[in-house]
Amino acid sequence: MLSNEYIQQKLTEKFDDQLIDWQEPYGMLTFTAPKELNLKVLQFLFDDTELNFTFLTDLQAVHYPDNKGAELAVVYHLHNWKENIRIRFKVFTDIQTPDVFSATALYQSANFMERETYDFFGVNFVGHPNLIRILNVDEMDYFPMRKEFPLEDQTRIDKDDDMFGR
Amino acid sequence: MARPVQYNNTIKFEGIPEGYMGEGFMATNFEKVVSLARKNSIWPLPFATSCCGIEFMATMASHYDLARFGSERVGFSPRQCDLLMVMGTIAKKMGPVLKQVYVQMAEPRWVIAVGACASSGGIFDTYSVLQGIDQVIPVDVYVPGCPPRPEAILDGFMKIQDLVNAEGLRRRHSDQYKDLMESYGIQ
Repeated sequence: MLSNEYIQQKLTEKFDDQLIDWQEPYGMLTFTAPKELNLKVLQFLFDDTELNFTFLTDLQAVHYPDNKGAELAVVYHLHNWKENIRIRFKVFTDIQTPDVFSATALYQSANFMERETYDFFGVNFVGHPNLIRILNVDEMDYFPMRKEFPLEDQTRIDKDDDMFGR
Repeated sequence: MARPVQYNNTIKFEGIPEGYMGEGFMATNFEKVVSLARKNSIWPLPFATSCCGIEFMATMASHYDLARFGSERVGFSPRQCDLLMVMGTIAKKMGPVLKQVYVQMAEPRWVIAVGACASSGGIFDTYSVLQGIDQVIPVDVYVPGCPPRPEAILDGFMKIQDLVNAEGLRRRHSDQYKDLMESYGIQ
C-alpha cells in the first residue's frame, strides 16, 4: 500500500524542492535534506498517519574529506513498523561548523546514537541533553573516525617499524 | 571383590619438603611449608573479557581441568583471590577499572596476562585498545597465543606456581617491590 513513489510524492508535496538526490540503492529510498530542515522532516515523517515512520533505526555520520563545504554527512535510517518500509535520509554539514539539530526530543534512541556520532566524528548536536563521549576515553581530544586520524596508536615506542611494514 | 585400578595410576604427588624428621615431629624451613601450601591452593580471579575467556572456560572444564592444580574455587571477588587472570582485550576505558580490581586484591597477589591482547594489545593496534595490561598493573606471567590453547594456559599457571614456590615471605615488604608499586602509581 505504501510504496517508495508514494512516500516521495508526499514528501515533495510538503517540502517542495528542498529534498534532493532521490535514489533507491537496493530498494531503500534515500534522499538528502538541508541541515536546517532535519527536525521538520523527521517530525513530518513521525506524525503523518499514513507515513508513520516512528522508529529511528540508526543515526550515523560519514566523513567525506573531498566534499569541501559538506564534509560530514549525518545519516538517519527510519522504519515503519506497520508496513515494513525503511527509508534513509542524509543531512550534510560543514566540518568547520558541524552543528546539527538533535533528534532527542522526538526519538529517545537518538540520545546514545548522537553521543556516539559526536564521540567519533565531532558532530555537535544542538539541543542534546548530555553531549559527552560515550565509548572512548573521556580525555580524548580528537575524533577517531575522521579520515585524517591514523588507526594505530601513535604513542607506542616498542613497535619495530621495519617489521611492521612502515 | 574389588577390581584393581587400571586408569589414573600414575598420579604425581607433591613431596614433603626436606627437613629433620623425628618421632612425632618434623623440623623444616617455614618458607618451604608456606610456599608449598600457597602454590597448591591458588584461587584465581578470572577477568575474562573476550575470546581468551572461552579458552579459560575450556581450561576450567573437565578435560583440561584447572582444579587439579588446586584452583577448584574460582572467586569473582578480588578481595578473596590470589591470582588475577586477565584474559582478553582490555580497552583504554577499561584500564582504570582493571587497576581498581588489582588494588582491591590482598597481598600476596599475582597477575597472569593470558593471550596476545592482554600481553601487548594483540592485533588491535588502535586508538581504543590498551597495548598490554602492563601499562596499568604489574604482570608476573604472560601467556602468548590468540587464543592460547588450554595447555598453554595451564603451562602459564604452572609457571605462576613456580614463582609462588620460589618467592619467599619477605618479598612483599622489600624496597624493590615498593618501588615497583610506586612506578605503577599503586599505594
